[in-house]
Amino acid sequence: MKLKLQINGITKTYEVAPHVTLLNFLRSQGYHGPKSGCGNGDCGACEILLNGKPVNSCLVLAAHCEGGSILTIEGLGNPDNLHPVQEAFLEVAAAQCGYCTPGLILSAYALLMENPEPEESEIREALAGNLCRCTGYVKPVEAVQKAAQMMKKKAVSRKETESIG
Amino acid sequence: MARDNNKTQVVGHSPRKVDGVGLVTGTAQYVDDIKIQGMLYAGILTSPHAHARIKEIDISAAEKLPGVMMILTYQNTPRVPHTTAGQGFPEPSPYDSYMFDSKVRYVGDRVACVAAESETACRHALKKIKVEYELLPAILDPRKSVEENAPVIHDEKDSSGIHDASRNIAAHYEAELGAVDKALSKSDIKVEGEFRVQYAQHCPIEPHVTISYLDDRNRIVIRTSTQVPFHCRRIVAQCLQIPEQKIRVIKPRIGGAFGAKQEILLEDLCAYITLKTRRPVRIKYSRKEEFISSRTRHPMIVKMKIGANKDGSLQAMDQDVLSNTGAYGSHSLTVLTNVGSKTLPLYWCDNIRFRGSAVYTNMPVAGAYRGYGGTQGSYALQVLMDELAEKLKIDVLDLQRKWHIRLGQTHPMSAALGEGKEGHENPIHSCGLDACMELGAEAIGWKEKRNQAKKGRFRRGVGMAALMQGSGIPNIDMGAARIKMNEDGSFHLFMGATDLGTGSDTILAQIAAETLGVPVEKILVYSSDTDMTPFDVGAYASSTTYISGGAVHKAALDCRTKILQVAGEILGGDPASLKVENGVVTAANGKKTSYDKICQRALYSRNQFQIEGIGSHTSPVSPPPFASHFAEVEVDMETGKLRVLDYVAACDCGVAIHPKMAEGQVEGSVANGIGYALSESLYFDEHGRCLNPSFFDYKILTSLETGCIRAILVPTYEPNGPYGAKSVAEININGPIPAIANAVYNACGIRLYQTPFTPESVWRSLKEAGKI
Ligand code: FES
Ligand code: FES
Repeated sequence: MKLKLQINGITKTYEVAPHVTLLNFLRSQGYHGPKSGCGNGDCGACEILLNGKPVNSCLVLAAHCEGGSILTIEGLGNPDNLHPVQEAFLEVAAAQCGYCTPGLILSAYALLMENPEPEESEIREALAGNLCRCTGYVKPVEAVQKAAQMMKKKAVSRKETESIG
Repeated sequence: MARDNNKTQVVGHSPRKVDGVGLVTGTAQYVDDIKIQGMLYAGILTSPHAHARIKEIDISAAEKLPGVMMILTYQNTPRVPHTTAGQGFPEPSPYDSYMFDSKVRYVGDRVACVAAESETACRHALKKIKVEYELLPAILDPRKSVEENAPVIHDEKDSSGIHDASRNIAAHYEAELGAVDKALSKSDIKVEGEFRVQYAQHCPIEPHVTISYLDDRNRIVIRTSTQVPFHCRRIVAQCLQIPEQKIRVIKPRIGGAFGAKQEILLEDLCAYITLKTRRPVRIKYSRKEEFISSRTRHPMIVKMKIGANKDGSLQAMDQDVLSNTGAYGSHSLTVLTNVGSKTLPLYWCDNIRFRGSAVYTNMPVAGAYRGYGGTQGSYALQVLMDELAEKLKIDVLDLQRKWHIRLGQTHPMSAALGEGKEGHENPIHSCGLDACMELGAEAIGWKEKRNQAKKGRFRRGVGMAALMQGSGIPNIDMGAARIKMNEDGSFHLFMGATDLGTGSDTILAQIAAETLGVPVEKILVYSSDTDMTPFDVGAYASSTTYISGGAVHKAALDCRTKILQVAGEILGGDPASLKVENGVVTAANGKKTSYDKICQRALYSRNQFQIEGIGSHTSPVSPPPFASHFAEVEVDMETGKLRVLDYVAACDCGVAIHPKMAEGQVEGSVANGIGYALSESLYFDEHGRCLNPSFFDYKILTSLETGCIRAILVPTYEPNGPYGAKSVAEININGPIPAIANAVYNACGIRLYQTPFTPESVWRSLKEAGKI
């Protein structure tokens, strides 16, 4: 069947089998950021943002996302142009094996879009769907706090440039 | 290695991980992130029975399904006794495993493997295989394994290295110093207990996964999520009965391991199908298979006694261990002996005995798991130390301080009991345990909290544990590295060391960068590929920083010597008088040259040669890291619910090469350890079937339950380690069980003898003790 989707800003029409999960579909299209850790909605390794909301892509059929807009980790930033959340994860060494990291970063990004100055408890709440076996979540939480500061600074400096301009 | 008096430029700092950008952008390539044209998808049919013989296996219907390429069973595969444990050769684990056997020994054991054109075709075919079993009586309780008339689990004739197959004893070991029984009977005070720990799984978020294919020279390439690429090559060659040179093993990025991937679980099947079909093949465990068919921690019953005199002096320590290795004896002997060898040498005592057996049951197979016996042993030892202090009416910290091993001392138990055999003299060259206790106690608020009044429904208490581990296996573990200089002044670092997400690619690059006098960005790391990199035993036994790091340091020194030779030619000075900073070499007379120019000269103009260095490293000693853990808990006296409010882990890992990642190792181990203490457990029905093989039913901690963890690094300098480093990866998983158990005792006066400390079990203990 035909499926129209916007993935990381690019809209295309894809041919997709009706029973394929969004996770398998994305991976078949070369988006390997979302990973499979359980296939059951329990770990968050497959997380993407669908219309701005965190979704475990292993639980959704690709066909159900018709007309939707999807953000995978690959669309957030790239090696030459990292998003502040990615910068922050690097800076505080919040990624160990990295298998959970795309999911954690997208959860953090979704949180910060809605709540730019979250409390620690709010951060922990936002990351609760992403299992990480390596870090104990200490550094990831710190990374989100750092990202919030970095984004705030960026927003301020952007405003300043705008007002000068 | 001498202490570097100059401040280090790269070591001891926390640069970005060399693979970090890939990890945060989703561009890192894990095993399953490549797709090869024409790939087959393989899956495994597992046993629904705990113990049975296969009477008949009918694959005819499955074979006929479209897309099915190959079906493997015991009838059409080589029968080679081997161990799945990825250990140094010859392995200390029994050869009791087969690619397939006509007998199944646990629910989850291999029965058949299907390779098909698609995952769907594979799944359909697996359902169509008909197996007729003759059921055998099963042993689900390790205490029943050695009973007379117990069914014999390994009755096959061709296994070897089993301690006593007829009594289901996979491994047995005893070691004694002095005369323990006599000393115990003479002791003023005795404390004892029987401590039990349960089945638990490692839960790497990436399950085991392997892809194999033939390269253009007809060799098998195995791309796999492993901790042990070189052992994997050797064991697959053994199973397939082909020369090792026909196999190349590549470990790309992998998504965590924790011991589970120190095991050859899929690679033999994958490679065998590739060999037979000439097609690329992929096998990946589902999460359910990861729980039931992969490996677990060894559940154990540890009986321990300590005798002491009224002055507090330890007179005798006696440890008696029954380890459940499950259906196969992977790591059975070495995990068993490490229960004692990673705990008993912590204290001075003339009479020490270790006795233990690892027995077979028809239960999931235990293997290597972070902590490797130290977790189980520390529970018994540290709870009894708490109890002893109470009986002596002294602060447990004072008891610990008085009797723990110190700098310059050599504990006789280290020589008497090693990893699966006698040990080695292990003089202590660095020990920060006192500082760990002091800083940890202060951070948790020990004095005030330990003695506060305990009243009401919610009772709070604090408890502690002291810990040691090792750094590599002495005289066995070996790592090697090669460093090649490039004409722009950068370097390639090739090493067998295996980064599991632990960050070893980065810290080993730091060691190279420090030694060569360049920033870490100048080091290009290529690791864990049996064709391209020198040998390394792999990532286990807390060996990578210490052993592989030693190899990288030697390779870098070798390379540096050659660089300075050429620099001497250019600058006209004695190489020994030259100074290096940031890739620039300066002679005594002030003349300078740079690394790019040096390499260009060597490659293109004079006395031409490739500047490179190599190094191999082993160690006669295994410097223990030390740690002291403190937990503050709150017990709900009505429901038994236990909350960890604060957790401080102070750890002496020598010099932390990368402090942030070292902290990450501490925090991650503690989180795993708290999970094991409180909630993680595999549950089974009366047929040995696992009841909770999913993340939904098997509770590992989430971000909501870990806000309490604080890591403190306590620096010491280990003269045997590269730049003063020793290990950090495993030790900290051993603290949570005893620290929490001791805190619960402090809070409400009950001793907990069995993990996990669920609300139900705490409530029952409260009830039994008459506290409610
Ligand atoms: S793979 Fe989707 S939640 Fe685990
Ligand atoms: S970094 Fe490995 S699972 Fe999170």
